[in-house]
Amino acid sequence: MAFWNEAIETMPRAELEKLQMNLLKKQVRAMYGQSKFFHDRMRDAGMHPDDVTDRDSFRKVPFMKKTDLRDNYPDKLFVRPYEELARIHVSSGTTGLPTVVGYTQHDLDEWSESLARGMASFGMSSRDLLQNYHGYGLFTGGLGVHQAAEKLGASVLPTSTGNTARQVQLMMDLPVTACAGTPSYLFHIADTFDGMGKDIRKDTKVRLAIAGGEPWSESMRNKIQERTGIKVHNCYGASEFYGPMFLECEKQRGAHVWADICYIEILDKDGELCADGERGEMVVTMLNKEAFPLIRYRIGDISALDWTKCECGRTHPRLMRLSGRTDDMLIVRGINVFPSQIESVIGEARFLSPFYHITLDNKNYMDNMVIEVELDESRLTEDTVELGNMARSIEARMKDVLNLKTTVKLMLPGTLKRFEGKAQHVTDNRNYD
Amino acid sequence: MDDENIITQLSIFVNNEPGRLAGVASILKDANVNMKECNLAESTEFGILRALVDDPEEAFERIRSRGLIAKKTAIIGVRIEDAPGALFSAASVLGRAGINIEYGYAYAGKNVEAFLIRVDDPGKAVLALKAAGVPLVKRSEI
Repeated sequence: MAFWNEAIETMPRAELEKLQMNLLKKQVRAMYGQSKFFHDRMRDAGMHPDDVTDRDSFRKVPFMKKTDLRDNYPDKLFVRPYEELARIHVSSGTTGLPTVVGYTQHDLDEWSESLARGMASFGMSSRDLLQNYHGYGLFTGGLGVHQAAEKLGASVLPTSTGNTARQVQLMMDLPVTACAGTPSYLFHIADTFDGMGKDIRKDTKVRLAIAGGEPWSESMRNKIQERTGIKVHNCYGASEFYGPMFLECEKQRGAHVWADICYIEILDKDGELCADGERGEMVVTMLNKEAFPLIRYRIGDISALDWTKCECGRTHPRLMRLSGRTDDMLIVRGINVFPSQIESVIGEARFLSPFYHITLDNKNYMDNMVIEVELDESRLTEDTVELGNMARSIEARMKDVLNLKTTVKLMLPGTLKRFEGKAQHVTDNRNYD
Repeated sequence: MDDENIITQLSIFVNNEPGRLAGVASILKDANVNMKECNLAESTEFGILRALVDDPEEAFERIRSRGLIAKKTAIIGVRIEDAPGALFSAASVLGRAGINIEYGYAYAGKNVEAFLIRVDDPGKAVLALKAAGVPLVKRSEI
């Protein structure tokens, strides 16, 4: 399997870790000088960049949290002026305020470099035609995968999401060999092939897929691979990093996290570094990011990092499948949803009580979100048209805020369960087996 | 609203979930509420059971104390047995008076056959219908 950047990708571990540490120190020093946010944080913690000499002492640098992104909305964490930026992406944030991410041209190039290495690692090349059904626009998936595939020399069919019948038709009519998007949408495409009486194995040339943006499992991978004959590679990333970033190689044993681009700490409950392969909270530092730096960012995912040398020859550590979240964030159809966003919509609607309940399922591998909201007693009416309008108006508002189609069920006053203490707002019936 | 032509209906609301209506029927039975008429309206949101009962005030309290969600609703009844076309004339009168009919259903009791309607202003509706000579049901006839 060809390497995209063989010297870096196969660098011996000791050398690689030395490089990583040097980049880390350099980035901490640079941000101490350039970013008021990081400068103040380090100063308030009574530390100086010179204190960072190794992995242990790096842990003196305070964490960066999701609330820091919200508190610095929209662009107070940017350390470059707009004239030096090349692009802006926007993703959903925690409380109705989105996360705005700026990129310099260097940032876009490094993002593409990361994905191009990953694409090459599972055998994608300039001979491939990639159908990209990630959403194009503010979401990082569409343009991120697009630009990386172009950098690799592959050609791209930018279908974006939706219109599945047309996706299927194009996949059959054109010599598409690879595809990218959420795993659930790949299932949906497979269903649509069946529904149209077509066979994705015989009627297309697709052999490789990138799947990410939402939680999924090994058994889901086995199922989709068996069903379609397509080899599916997991992708990990987040808009705060750049976007989708790290891909599995042909061995499909965890995404290679490029140690010269990103440093991931896995911490136990006491904030201590976990042993190799042990699960814990991921804390992410981007080593060369220019416009929107990320140092010791608590992304909220739980996973493990495995430095064991991969059979593919790459020395960079592999990230195991995510096994949970440290917060209440939900990932629905690849979109981050925070219960606090739902609360803000409900709070605006004067005809609703503050109580709600979210139920998730994934029948036919498509995530479905039902939000039960409760009518305020004073607004109880027999007017079914008005009741319908109330429910639909909340659905429309949810679509605006969450960027996600949901079903809103209006419930009678006093009928949603009241909880003492931390409310259990979510029933997740999604099954990944 | 002590107008003898204004009838109190109980509107019992249930969430649209399987088995909910059976639950309501059982509560009404336990509460010893005798329904003379009942009508089930379905919307995407809620099921609404509309009922005429012996003593609406007391039945309302008994129902509410058992955790059901109910409203008292004023409705009026247009007699239909001895005046063909009464419903049509009632609707025309109300339309001309600018009164909106929200819903209606037929009622056939021991004493009277009628079309029961819910309007947005029952008092005004009674006055308009009486003035036009449309025969109305008395509360005592139900």
